[in-house]
Order: sequence, then C-alpha cells, then structure tokens
Amino acid sequence: MSISAPRGLASSGQKPITEILHPLSAAEEPLSPGPDVTVSGGRDKEVGLTNGTPVETPSPASASVLFNRLHLDDDLDPDTRDPYADTETHDLFVTVDDPKKHVSTMETYITYRVSTKTSRIEFDLPEYSVRRRYQDFDWLRTKLEDSQPTHLIPPLPEKFVMKGVVDRFSEEFVETRMKALDKFLKRIADHPVLSFNPHLNAFLSAKDLNKRQGLALLTKVGESVKSVAGGYKLRVRPPEFCALGEYLDTFNQKLGTIDRIAQRILKEQSEYLTELREYGTVYASWAGSEEELQRPLEGMAGCVTTCCGALEDMSENMSQDFLPVLREYILYIESMKNVLRKRDQSQAEYEGRLEAAVLRKQEDRTPIPAEVEKCQDKMECFNADLKADWERWQSNKRQDFKQLLTGMADKNVTYYEKCQAAWESLITVLQDKQTEDKTSETN
Amino acid sequence: MADDGREESLGTDDDSDQTGADGSLNNTMVEEGSTLMRRMEICVAEAEKRSGKNAVSMQETYTVYLIETRPMDAVAEGRNPAPDCLWRRYSEFELLRNYLIVTYPYIVVPPLPEKRAEFVWHKLSADNMDPDFVERRRVGLENFLLRVASHPVLSNDKILYYFLTEEHGWKEAVYETGFQAKADSRLRALSATFRVRNPDKCFMEMKHYSDELQSHTSQLLRARARVADRLYGVYKVHGNYGRVFSEWSAIEKEMGDGLQSAGHHMDAYAASIDDILEEEEHYADQLKEYLFYAEALRAVCRKHELTQFELEMASQDLISKKQQREELATGIVRTFSLKGMTNKLFGQEAPEQREARLKLLEDLIAEGEETVKEKTIERAEHVEKAWVDIQRFKEQKDKDLREALINYAVMQISMCKKGIQVWSNAKECFLKM
Repeated sequence: MSISAPRGLASSGQKPITEILHPLSAAEEPLSPGPDVTVSGGRDKEVGLTNGTPVETPSPASASVLFNRLHLDDDLDPDTRDPYADTETHDLFVTVDDPKKHVSTMETYITYRVSTKTSRIEFDLPEYSVRRRYQDFDWLRTKLEDSQPTHLIPPLPEKFVMKGVVDRFSEEFVETRMKALDKFLKRIADHPVLSFNPHLNAFLSAKDLNKRQGLALLTKVGESVKSVAGGYKLRVRPPEFCALGEYLDTFNQKLGTIDRIAQRILKEQSEYLTELREYGTVYASWAGSEEELQRPLEGMAGCVTTCCGALEDMSENMSQDFLPVLREYILYIESMKNVLRKRDQSQAEYEGRLEAAVLRKQEDRTPIPAEVEKCQDKMECFNADLKADWERWQSNKRQDFKQLLTGMADKNVTYYEKCQAAWESLITVLQDKQTEDKTSETN
Repeated sequence: MADDGREESLGTDDDSDQTGADGSLNNTMVEEGSTLMRRMEICVAEAEKRSGKNAVSMQETYTVYLIETRPMDAVAEGRNPAPDCLWRRYSEFELLRNYLIVTYPYIVVPPLPEKRAEFVWHKLSADNMDPDFVERRRVGLENFLLRVASHPVLSNDKILYYFLTEEHGWKEAVYETGFQAKADSRLRALSATFRVRNPDKCFMEMKHYSDELQSHTSQLLRARARVADRLYGVYKVHGNYGRVFSEWSAIEKEMGDGLQSAGHHMDAYAASIDDILEEEEHYADQLKEYLFYAEALRAVCRKHELTQFELEMASQDLISKKQQREELATGIVRTFSLKGMTNKLFGQEAPEQREARLKLLEDLIAEGEETVKEKTIERAEHVEKAWVDIQRFKEQKDKDLREALINYAVMQISMCKKGIQVWSNAKECFLKM
C-alpha cells in the first residue's frame, strides 16, 4: 500500500499527531496560526497506487516484515521501483475480516474483526485486533468528517437495508459489506492526513468504543453550530473547482447509467439462464426415446448444463464484485460534492468578511482584523487539501475502474472459454462415434 | 440434410463428394435403383414473385421457384451445358408429395419445408413473403427434391420425372393417375386405428416412436426459439455500454481513449448476435425436417393398421359367411339370426329357396376367399416394403441428426470464439485506460 502526497504540503508526513496543526481541526485541539502553505501546482507525476485495491497488497505477517518494507527503498534500484509506489508511509496496515453473528435479547447484528499492524508511535502496540460493527464504522466516518472537513472521506456501504427485501445476514450480503468496509479502512489508512486522526486510532485500538459516543455527539453539535453561524453566500466559484463540480455531476450520471446497464444485463442473463436450463432438459428427455442418438443427445444436455453453470458463475461474480464498486463510487461522489460545498462555504465566509473589513477600513481606517487573514488561510488550506485529495481520488479512480472493467472482461472471457471447452469435448464424442460407424461400414 | 445438388448429388455429408468417372457415385449410402440421381443434377436455383388470378379469379401474389436440371454424365465429363429449367410454385410441390404419399404408402415420404413460418423468435419474421423465409424455403424445397430423387424407390417414379422436366402438362398427368381416388379416406383410417385387433407389434412401437419424435422435436424447437430470444436481449443490452463509455470518455483525460475504443468493441459485440442467430436457423430447419418426417413415419404405420384391419374385416366376414353356410346346410342354428327366428315363427323355407341361398353363399364365400387372399398379400407386401424403408429412414435419421448436432456444436464454438475475441479486445482497451 502506498499513498501519494504532493510535496510541500504541511499536512502530510510523519509528524506526530500533536504537532500537526490544522486550522479546522476539532475543538479538542489547540488552535494555532496556520502554517505556511505552498500549494503545489501540477499533479505529482508519481501517482500513488490505489488505496484499497487488493491487487498486490500482501497481508503483513508480522511487525518485522513491516520494518523490512520500510527499508525496502534503500535496497531497490530506482528503475525497478514500482513507479506507482510512493514510499513515504508503509506503516499502517488494516484488514477487515471474519464476520460473526451476535444474538442478544435486544437485537441481532454482525461484527467484523479489524486487524491492525503498525509501526507508528502514535499507537501503543504494534498489533491490534478488535471487533467492530457497522455502527462503529459509521461513528468513525462521522468523526472524520467533522474533524477533517476539508478532506474527502471515503464512503461507507449503504446503511439502511430494507428488512423485507434483503437478507442482512445472508452470506453474500455480509461478504459484500465486509469487502466495502475493508476498502473504507484501507483508504483511510492510506491517506496522509486521515490516517493520523485520533478517532481512527481509537477505532483501531480501543477495546470499547461506546464511551466516546456521547462526546462525539457534543462535538458534532458544536461543529454544526459553527458552520451555520457563517451563513455566507458564495458568489463565484473558481474555475478549477467549477470544472471539478461539473465533472462530478457528469461522472455521477454516467455511473448511474452504467449501474442500470449492468443490472439490466444481469436480469437478461437470468432469464436466458432459465430458458437455457429448460432447453437442456428437452435434450435429455428426447435421449430417452432414442437408441443410436441417446448418447449424443445426452451429451448435448450435459453441455448445455455446463454452459448454464458457467453463466451462473459469471452473473454471481458480476453482482457481487462489479455492482458494489459502482455504487461505492456513487457514494464517493456524494462525499466529494459535500466537501466541495464546504469549501465553497469557507470561501464565501472569507470573501464576506473581507468585504466587510474593507468597507470598514474605508470608513474609519480600522485595519483588517486578523480573523480575516485566518479565514483566508482556512480557505487556502481547504483549497489545497481538496486539490490534493482530488488528484489522489482521480488516480485511484482510474486504477479502480481499470481493475473493475478488466475484471468484467476477464469474467466474460472465462465464461466463453468454459463454454467453448464443453462444446469441443462434445464434438469429439460425437465424431468418434462417426468414425466408428465409417470403419464398420467399409468392412 | 441433403447436400446442395450443385455439387454431386446424393444425400448427406462427406461421403457424397466422390463421383466415379462414369458418373456413378461411390457413396455407400446410395442404393441400387437411385437412377434418377445418378442421371441428373437437380437444384432449386431461384425464387421469384408472381402475380396472377387464382382459382376464384382473385388477384394474388405468390412465389415461384426455379428448378434446374442437368444430365449427370455431362457434369462428370466436365462439360457445362445450360441447364433445363422450369418454374414451380409451392402448391405444385404439395401436389407432387400428396401423389407420392398415396402411390407409395409403404414409404416414409420426405417432407416439404413448412408452409408458414412457425417457431419464430421475436426478431424473425413470420411473413411468408419475407426474403429470409423465402430463401430458407428455397433451400428446403431443393432438399426435398434431392431426397426424393435419391430414394431407391421414389426416384423411379415417372410423375416425379415429369415434375422436373415438363413445365406444362404435368398437372394433368398427375390427375390422370387418379391417385386422389386411391387416397384412403380419413374416416376409414381413423376407424382402423381404433378397431384393429392385431397390428404388428413392431409397427405399433414405431408409431409410438413417431409420436415421441414429433413431440420432442417440437419441444426442442420451441425451447430453442425462446433461448434465441433471450440471448438476443443479453447481447443487445451490451450495446448500451458502447454509448455510455463514449459519453464518459469525453470527460476523462487519460482514461478517455481506452474507454472510447472499448465502447466500440461493445458495439461490435452487440451487433454480432444477428449473424449468430441467423446461422442457427439452419439448425432449426434441420430439426423441423425431422419434425415433419415424424408425421410421414406415422402415416406409414397407420397404413399398416389399415391393411391389417381390412384383412381382419375380410377374414371376419369370410368366417361369418362360412358359418351361415354351415347353418343353412345342417339346419343347426348356432348363432342367433333373424332368419332363424322367422323360421321358427313362420316355418322353414322351401328347399329350392334354400338351394338358391346356399349357392349365393358359396359364391360370396369364394369371393371372400379371394378378398382375404388379396388383403393378406397386400398386408404382407406393405409390411415387408415398409419395414425396409423404415430401417432406411432410421439410419438416415440417426446420421442426419448426429450431423446436425455436430454442426450446432461447431456454431456454438464459433460464437464462443467471437465472444472471447471481443472481450479480449475490450480488455486490452481497459488496460490502456
């Protein structure tokens, strides 16, 4: 796993959490003047590998493996280095697995094991293993959103499930949800800023999360009060963010269309499968009334059945792997739009205050208050964070979709290969009999 | 399925590609007496629309088919003379077939292609004038002629010969044979089926088999049509990917090209199903031929029932007449009869009358014995010849259907290969994203 961070941004790096000063962090931490921010212009060429893709992510066996990885870059020839790997932080690995059902008098729910391996000193131990339920993930996300409003928080799988329609405890549902939760945590762990958030730390290490719920509520209220008090209206969004917004809207639309197409294909395939099964049984029943043709017809029936199985496999794969990722990106887009709105807010606030201050200055030469500068810093921080996250998101999106679509192509190829093999072996059977007949004829 | 007569001639598969120098065929499937096929090359070359007035003087449009024939020895020698040709419409083919069925009731007569399009899946037209339907029918008619002309018995028929060579005057010739009068009435045939007592077991089994064959082939045709329908849907929906990928590529930078090209492949995938399913219709036609063949087989079995029944009736009649004679001669009434009753009531008849009646009975018995002899021969001949043709039919059916299955599997493999190609191409594009 790796992350990318445009160089020069103060909010990245391995500083201990207490030293990272973020102007908009939660009230728990002391405010201090914003650091000098230099926003890197272009996108960093060494783009990070996608967060959360299982492709080449080895699950670390032990802490020693971790340390080895840290020293990896020293040994490697720069040419053989994976151009996508940014080697700054390979020091926090999380995994979600092992779903278990819990039945209590009040409710039934599923918990997942969250395993952490880390060399970071922010954590007391190098390894943790805790059990968490969906609620806890939701709590974490809310905390992150509140404490890091300038950053894009990865989405969670959908919260509400219609009880009558979907079986919350079916193997498939749990599996799909677990994969999404795993991705969620991995993306956060990969993020140069979010991964240092104390709430994440608590989530990964605390035995019991419940105590924090109350506190969370208070701080949440506090935050929203703060943001509402502003009430400034944005006049003009800078063009780069306009483009971002437009892109998000169009992309959202296209993803929605792709989702619909994929679902439609699954439906058509399911109906095709039904007819195909029936088709196979007709061959089998015909075989019953034939002598010479019995084996060939039974062969046909068997072949058709094999094709049915292959089709079933593909459809299942598509519904379990393809659709959830699409849906997740749609949620991601929503998150991004939210962050964009908050950014707009911070710009609006700054511009509003600035305008007011300028007017006052013109009237009675009151100097521009420090607050205005703080607002400017806030806004510029926001912009920088957003841009950085945007770049990361774009490159991750590219990798994710590349993988998703090639996966879809692979599954189709596999399906056709299986069918082809079945038909080819049937032909051999049919033609063997023919040559038998021919030799007996000529005799 | 019989080969296209443009090649050599006879029947099925690779065997038929060998002609000896004298034009005779080396095909082991050719039997003695298939002289027609050895003498001429037959094909149904074209179809054309005509308009004309029909029997009730109404304007109608119909299709005619061009039958071309060439002497086989000319072909074998490499000469290429212009073929003789004439035009026939579907109803004339039907007339020919009906003639053959009546004249050769012990032969499983090859069927004609269907009159109306059935077992269509939604994209296929059910219109008789549709060019694809006409084309498939042309092929079917040619197949019919080739089968008939290569049949050891049917190929020698004069009417068949005239059908292929005399455009005008053929119809008159057919009617002159009086075959229509010879046709068994439906009622008679049905009656026989119900009332026959001792039909040959083998024929009954064969009749049962013909029912099974008909049922299974029609089930298969229906199931296949439904599968084709659904498969069409699956492929066509993928075409939507083409459009959305294209739209999406417009807002992407690096991903754009890959997406765009992948979209083209999705379009190609969606379009490929049309040809695939068109080709599969050929398989459906092969199945249909045997669906209709099943009926021809059943007709032969029912003819047996009829001959058996008539023999039974004739025998029964003879027995009862002999009994009557015995009663008359001995005066002992074994069975109840009106005559017996009236005798008792009104007294016996005069000896002269009895003599006259006895004489009449003797004549009738003699006739009856002749009839029984005839019917016995008729039945035995039918059984013998029919059984031979049924065996021939069985072998042909097994061979043809096995080949049809192989061809179907080959089509499926080709479809899979196309699928693999398209998706591999798409994958290449995705990798370049």
